[in-house]
Amino acid sequence: MTQSPATPTALQPILPTSSQIPLPEAWQPVVEAQLVKEEKVLAWLEIDLNTSLHFGKGLIVLTDRRLLARTGDTPEWQSQPLREGLRLTRRDHAGVGSLELFDATGRLAHWRYTLGQDVAAGRLIDHVNRQLDFVVTGVAPTPPAQAVCPKCETPLLAGQDECPVCSKEELTPPSTWTLFRLWRFARPYRWQLLAGFLLSLATTAATLVPPYMTMPLMDKVLIPYQNGKPIDTGLVTLYLSGLLGAALLAWVLGWARTYILALVSERIGRDLRTTTYEHLLKLSQEYFGGKRTGDLMARIGSETDRINIFISLHFLDFATDVLMISMTTLILVSINPWLALVTLLPLPVIAFLIHTVRERLRTGFEKVDRIWAEVTNVLADTIPGIRVVKAFAQESREAARFRAANQHNLEVNDKVNKVWSLFGPTVTLLTEVGLLIIWGFGIWQISRNDISVGVLTAFLAYIGRFYTRLDSMSRIVSVTQKAAAGAKRIFDILDHVSSVPEPATPVHLPAVAGRIELRNVGFRYGTRSVTRDISLTIEPGEMVGLVGHSGSGKSTMVNLICRFYDVSEGAILIDGVDIRSVPVAEYRKNIGLVLQEPFLFFGTIAENIAYGKPDATREEIVAAARAAHAHEFILRLPHGYDSLVGERGQALSGGERQRISIARALLIDPKILILDEATSSVDTTTEKEIQKALDNLVRGRTTIAIAHRLSTLREANRLVVLDRGSVVEVGNHDELMAQEGHYYRLYQAQARNVDTEGGSDLEAGGEDDKGDRE
Amino acid sequence: MSTTHDFQLHRDAFGKLIFTGSDGEAHEALPVRAFPIGAPDKGIALVDPHGHELAWIDALADLDAERRQLVESELASREFMPVIERIIEVSSYATPSTWTIVTNRGETKLILKGEEDIRRLAAQALLIADSNGIQYLIRDRGALDAHSRKILDRFL
Repeated sequence: MTQSPATPTALQPILPTSSQIPLPEAWQPVVEAQLVKEEKVLAWLEIDLNTSLHFGKGLIVLTDRRLLARTGDTPEWQSQPLREGLRLTRRDHAGVGSLELFDATGRLAHWRYTLGQDVAAGRLIDHVNRQLDFVVTGVAPTPPAQAVCPKCETPLLAGQDECPVCSKEELTPPSTWTLFRLWRFARPYRWQLLAGFLLSLATTAATLVPPYMTMPLMDKVLIPYQNGKPIDTGLVTLYLSGLLGAALLAWVLGWARTYILALVSERIGRDLRTTTYEHLLKLSQEYFGGKRTGDLMARIGSETDRINIFISLHFLDFATDVLMISMTTLILVSINPWLALVTLLPLPVIAFLIHTVRERLRTGFEKVDRIWAEVTNVLADTIPGIRVVKAFAQESREAARFRAANQHNLEVNDKVNKVWSLFGPTVTLLTEVGLLIIWGFGIWQISRNDISVGVLTAFLAYIGRFYTRLDSMSRIVSVTQKAAAGAKRIFDILDHVSSVPEPATPVHLPAVAGRIELRNVGFRYGTRSVTRDISLTIEPGEMVGLVGHSGSGKSTMVNLICRFYDVSEGAILIDGVDIRSVPVAEYRKNIGLVLQEPFLFFGTIAENIAYGKPDATREEIVAAARAAHAHEFILRLPHGYDSLVGERGQALSGGERQRISIARALLIDPKILILDEATSSVDTTTEKEIQKALDNLVRGRTTIAIAHRLSTLREANRLVVLDRGSVVEVGNHDELMAQEGHYYRLYQAQARNVDTEGGSDLEAGGEDDKGDRE
Repeated sequence: MSTTHDFQLHRDAFGKLIFTGSDGEAHEALPVRAFPIGAPDKGIALVDPHGHELAWIDALADLDAERRQLVESELASREFMPVIERIIEVSSYATPSTWTIVTNRGETKLILKGEEDIRRLAAQALLIADSNGIQYLIRDRGALDAHSRKILDRFL
């Protein structure tokens, strides 16, 4: 590579607008050593892969006169003076981005990076292009007038304080003290919980009375009687009524406590479930795409149940246990410190045991939960696909799959139970050993006349309870772990920030005209760059047809416009306002969506039509149905508008369901209408009926229609032809036919097939998007 | 498809692989593995930039040394699936979690967004997708060292 830094003639080679981010400190001295006098760094990109795709840090630096680069393999720098014909491009494949530098004769260099740096790489290219322009023409390019994010230079739009690109990338793990975060749900019931706690405390105290009574009963009644004294009936009555009173008190208090806590428990459970579900509904489609239904259902169903029982019962039990133990300890010490000391000796051993088992149980229970979700997933996968299963006679295979999941569940449970089952008996054994020690030490003390028989009896009575509490405390280990595992999975949902976040400072749209503008929109799904650099303006009331092979990015564009996903680059504006700064629900109210596979909810036809506007009057519903050409077939149904439609509207044909969904879209009277292959799943006759319904719907609205049958788009004002995620042609049918480009070829291909089966060849194999492979 | 492979391959100045078929027409070509995980060396397609198939190679071994070297080098320059050899540490057992790992391509960090990004392949193999979509492979989790296995186990 040439090492001669070309000096451009311009006197002030640095663009006034370059808002430069300082180089990372580690690179500064290295880079400065490379620079010649008065050479200025304009932009840089740290790359994390070398040419042979090993991890290693490298750097590409743009100065006012050249491009400097160093990869991880060698300490040498490559230098390319900026000159005419130089071209820096980027592309990506399987998570790796490539920057390639070309001139007219060939490739001069290429660099690799992982996609985390992709936005930065795009920015570098912008800078290089601007500086190249400047070096070649000597004319300073006009600076972008918009405010840009100081970190990544993404343009910020009205209502955006934070850069949507930067703020999206927060990936901090949730705190490990997950259980304490549940306080948020327990807080509204803190007084009830406190009452429950005090009641438990009182119950505990009441149960501590009887053993204490055994002491005087033994020493003042039974032993004197054995020594020849008559029984003091008055004293016996007193003590026995004391015992009865304590028992009754414990009974009443225990009842009140259990009742209050059960009430609280149910309420916390309800709040937890509702909050989680509400949060879940706000998450973007991206989230649902990556999760399995069975898993989510298990989280909201059984996990919440487990957690609320934990908060209201086990946690309080544990607290009472701790108090009980301290109270008992106090009583024992006050009676006889030495015997108390011996009694409490096994306690540290048990505490240690609990601690060691804790870790193993926790991971075990987390595993059990995941496996359980796996079992439900098999069900959730198979039951909706039952037709396919039966058609291919794969019942036994699916049964085997379920059996395997169950077997896995069994194995994991067996493993956990091995540890867990050992736990209880060990505590019992320790209890027995503890009793043995007390017996031995107690008899020895009695023989030395240090204590009375009554004291020993009281100790034995106390210690029975004492160890029962320890036993129940040891159970808290498992429930805490289960609840913690459950809480983690719940908070996984609750902590998930929607990738289509609500704006911090929302901009409200009073009346929407329906002008949609896409500015350099790019979208990436995982490693796949689905759409790239799309710019398009759709005027109010205009109908635009999106045309292209399947996988060319049509549906992605629609999903972006609906804001089911947020753009990775660029921005979408409605009436000049970034859709990310409009509240999501408010924005979507303006959009009517008709999908290829209409989804009908369980309920009546009227309810389904009124889904987007639940307060619609019957007249409105009928008017919408009429306009959607659905009125007549609805009337033919036995219960008319009150007919129930099943989970997927099974009683209705595809065309009928589609017309109901058109009526649904008509009723909310949206300014923007999106038809995503609305007619492609029905036959041609039905299509004509639907088309009539659609013609009513389209009138006066900004419409974006996707159709692979090009004939259905003849009403469109403009056709936008997409190919591999980019707009390749825009124009009306005649213009595009005259160009003889992409559209012409698509149209010809369909025209040839028009007699056989309407245009389905466009969806045929081999045409899938290979955009990510180039 | 035929196994004779009567096509020519060479690399041009722009670093592109150029395919010349039996009809003498030259196309830019990209090799694509049909089963990148299941059977990486079986079934390789040469496709043009539009994704149309130019030729099908049943097995890499069917090609002569020169062409095989071209295809292999092109594949190597495009394929990126680091194999995890060791997990040094993870930031937390709850996701999203940052893992510090040693791969066959050097040490790096990956961010695991959720447990569902760990895909079980046949037997003991795992495929882990990080937040940027890079796929990390664990060929045999039984063969990892005890420390790595213990960490991994918490996510499975």
